[in-house]
Amino acid sequence: MNKFPGESHDARRRGPRDRGDEAREDSEARLCDCAAQGLGKRPGNRAGLGKLAGIASIGAAAAGALPAAASDWGRINLPRGVTNVSTRIYALHMMAFWVCVCIGVVVFGVMIWSLIFHRKSRGAVPDVTLLHNTKVEVVWTAIPVLILVGMAIPAARLLVRINNDTNSRLSIRVNGFQWGWQYKYVGTNVSVISKLSMSSDAARMLDSGIDVDRVPDYLLNVDHQLVVPVGEKIRLLITSVDVVHSWWVPDLGVKKDAIPGFINQASFIINPSKTGVYRGQCTELCGRDHAFMPIVVRAVTPAAFRAWLKRKEAAEKEASARAPASTSAAVST
Amino acid sequence: MDQPYESTAHADHEHKPHGWRRWVFATNHKDIGTMYLIFAGVMFFLGGAAAMAIRAQLFKSGMELFDPGVYNSLVTMHALLMIFGAVMPAWVGLANWMIPMQIGAPDMALPRLNNLSFWILPFAGTLLVSSFFVPGGAPAGGWTMYPPLMEQFGASFPMVVFAIHLLGISSILGAINIVVTIMNLRAPGMSLLRMPLFVWAWLITAYLLIAVMPVLAGAVTMLLTDHFFGTSFFNAAGGGSPVMFMHIFWFFGHPEVYILILPAFGVISEIIPTFSRKPLFGYEAMVYATASIAFLSFIVWGHHMFTVGMPVAAQLFFMLSTMLIAVPTGVKVFNWTATMWRGSLSFEPPMLFAVAFLFLFTIGGFSGLMLALVPADYQYHGTYFVVAHFHYVLVPGAVFAIIGAIYYWLPKWSGRMYDMRLAKWHFWLSVISVNVLFFPQHFLGLAGMPRRIADYAPQFTDWNMVSSIGGFVFGASQLLFPYIIWRCVRAGKPAEARPWDGARGLEWELPSPAPYHSWQTPPSEAMLAHGAEH
Repeated sequence: MNKFPGESHDARRRGPRDRGDEAREDSEARLCDCAAQGLGKRPGNRAGLGKLAGIASIGAAAAGALPAAASDWGRINLPRGVTNVSTRIYALHMMAFWVCVCIGVVVFGVMIWSLIFHRKSRGAVPDVTLLHNTKVEVVWTAIPVLILVGMAIPAARLLVRINNDTNSRLSIRVNGFQWGWQYKYVGTNVSVISKLSMSSDAARMLDSGIDVDRVPDYLLNVDHQLVVPVGEKIRLLITSVDVVHSWWVPDLGVKKDAIPGFINQASFIINPSKTGVYRGQCTELCGRDHAFMPIVVRAVTPAAFRAWLKRKEAAEKEASARAPASTSAAVST
Repeated sequence: MDQPYESTAHADHEHKPHGWRRWVFATNHKDIGTMYLIFAGVMFFLGGAAAMAIRAQLFKSGMELFDPGVYNSLVTMHALLMIFGAVMPAWVGLANWMIPMQIGAPDMALPRLNNLSFWILPFAGTLLVSSFFVPGGAPAGGWTMYPPLMEQFGASFPMVVFAIHLLGISSILGAINIVVTIMNLRAPGMSLLRMPLFVWAWLITAYLLIAVMPVLAGAVTMLLTDHFFGTSFFNAAGGGSPVMFMHIFWFFGHPEVYILILPAFGVISEIIPTFSRKPLFGYEAMVYATASIAFLSFIVWGHHMFTVGMPVAAQLFFMLSTMLIAVPTGVKVFNWTATMWRGSLSFEPPMLFAVAFLFLFTIGGFSGLMLALVPADYQYHGTYFVVAHFHYVLVPGAVFAIIGAIYYWLPKWSGRMYDMRLAKWHFWLSVISVNVLFFPQHFLGLAGMPRRIADYAPQFTDWNMVSSIGGFVFGASQLLFPYIIWRCVRAGKPAEARPWDGARGLEWELPSPAPYHSWQTPPSEAMLAHGAEH
């Protein structure tokens, strides 16, 4: 049930993974340790390239830099993601990209033709009668309009679809704060405060002396993850307690601003087969530590989710019985 | 024919004051234009220094150089210096130099206003830059200054607000002067549709400035009163809304980006015909396209805010209006291409920069079109994809056009030629490094790197290193530019009145260097006809 395909859906992770790290802290959520597999080969790669660099007798500094620089050249496009919406966004993005490429080939082709064949040094004589041509001008106004209409229709359809937040099974309140996120499961007493993981936080300090390549998921890891079920429509009610933030997880195709005093909605359904860990970051400048408030979503099966929620609820109840009114004091709304 | 203007006979009119008075009390459009350009150059290198610091910080993953707060200040100041300090004043400087010469006028219509609008700038610039040295450092909320974040910064916050007020006043006064000059001082016979396109582009830009700079002033004043006088324009707890600031800001902000780029369209429309030795294709279509772009710029601001939670209908409207801009912009690109088509092309430095503009601005246009599609924008918004997009339209767009314009008109201004070989080096270094600098940022954004972050996950290191290397080379290459200009002004070979054989327009009918009071007798109909042969 919790099986992951070999390459893992955690497309944003890189580097060696310390299994004893943050995932363990949230031990209830430790449902898919196998996510870490398939990543072990990276260090090997690294060593091999380091050797190559050495053979090429690039200086020691370069040899140190090169391996790190050798593994991620291929990350140049949007992820397809794990929701229907994110896949459709990807398709729209690729459609727009290829339309631009086609226009570019034609327009740049004509320009390059001129640059090569209409040069003075080749004896080109200017055709000064070429001042304007209504027919051509109408054509090159009309064709772009048609292309735009062709792009706008699927975009508008998808837009309407994305903004349909009805019929959700589960609502989660997302509170942005400087600098982290609080998640409250509506209808339960469960509240999770999610901040940059300790190991990343230590490494990101100026002159920390820690090699960030050795920090698991540096800057993309949190102490407490947002746990959600796959296959169910989840509605996020997003707001902020201080300044504007923005909640973004590329694999879910969700980005929505968290605005103090207002509640925004966003929703997603993770494809049932896509359990895993999905990472994102705050995407609206929110002050000094804007770079350090990542988002980590762990998608588990509905059964595992309910079990997790039940355990969490019980734990919360126990905690609040012991110390009343201390729950989520950090971010009250 | 080449020297219809008898400069010697009017030598007594060259009664310019000498020493510091010439500059402090300047009323001459050329002196003021020169000061604008020097100011813009200084700001360009200050803003560039901030950019170098940013690229150094981002060279690799892991905090290396600056505290994140300082980094955010650098990002903010880079934008403010480049937009308000470098590009806008550079365009006003070019307008000052060229508009009177191109329309057959002796000077700008309102010379003392001209003096004032320039001399506000050094004070505004100093106020802006000195905010770095107050307790708490420079503002770090981004040039968009979104509340409530912007209100968290201490002493620097009112300084920036006042600097923006001053810069806005300067821009409005400059714009008024340009409109009045164009409307009243055109030579007899120069109807609006015979004006050179640089003049047209500036006329339209000036109206944009007059329309939107007060809006920005209003927005920052509301920020100020929210912070110091207890109003709640942007505070939800008091009945206001942070989103309202975004609406007001971008109602200014989108026309603002056209203020930065429309004069570039004008310059490119001057340079390409000259070095294609062929009149501009579709002159009238170019004018109408520029005007349409200016109009559309007022109704697309929402595309900067697709993720703030606007109603679907509003998102749809802003998507469609934004896509519509591609039509007149496309017309312009096609017309420039058609101007080169069956021309007789040569590649002197101004043309090199213009051709690079044509290709690279178009790439920025493509990413702009992709960004207009709202669902895709949900993924692109706030990432390096956006950074790549607007740097493609502003650096190889606006900045290349400014550099091209200076290489184009410098012989006319100084009466001397510059070192072509060195200028070509400047071009090739710039055009290669600018792509190394900005193209990988598309990849970074798509792969998930948010903008305005002081540090990033190691998976983004590779392309950031490439980008930084491109940035350092680009930054260093720009140092060639003042050197080339300095050498030209000091020791260049004398330039002819018409140094480019394909050049048309009234400015080329004047001797080089152009006389202090450009046109004291109106140009003849023959000169006009030669220049305005569309």
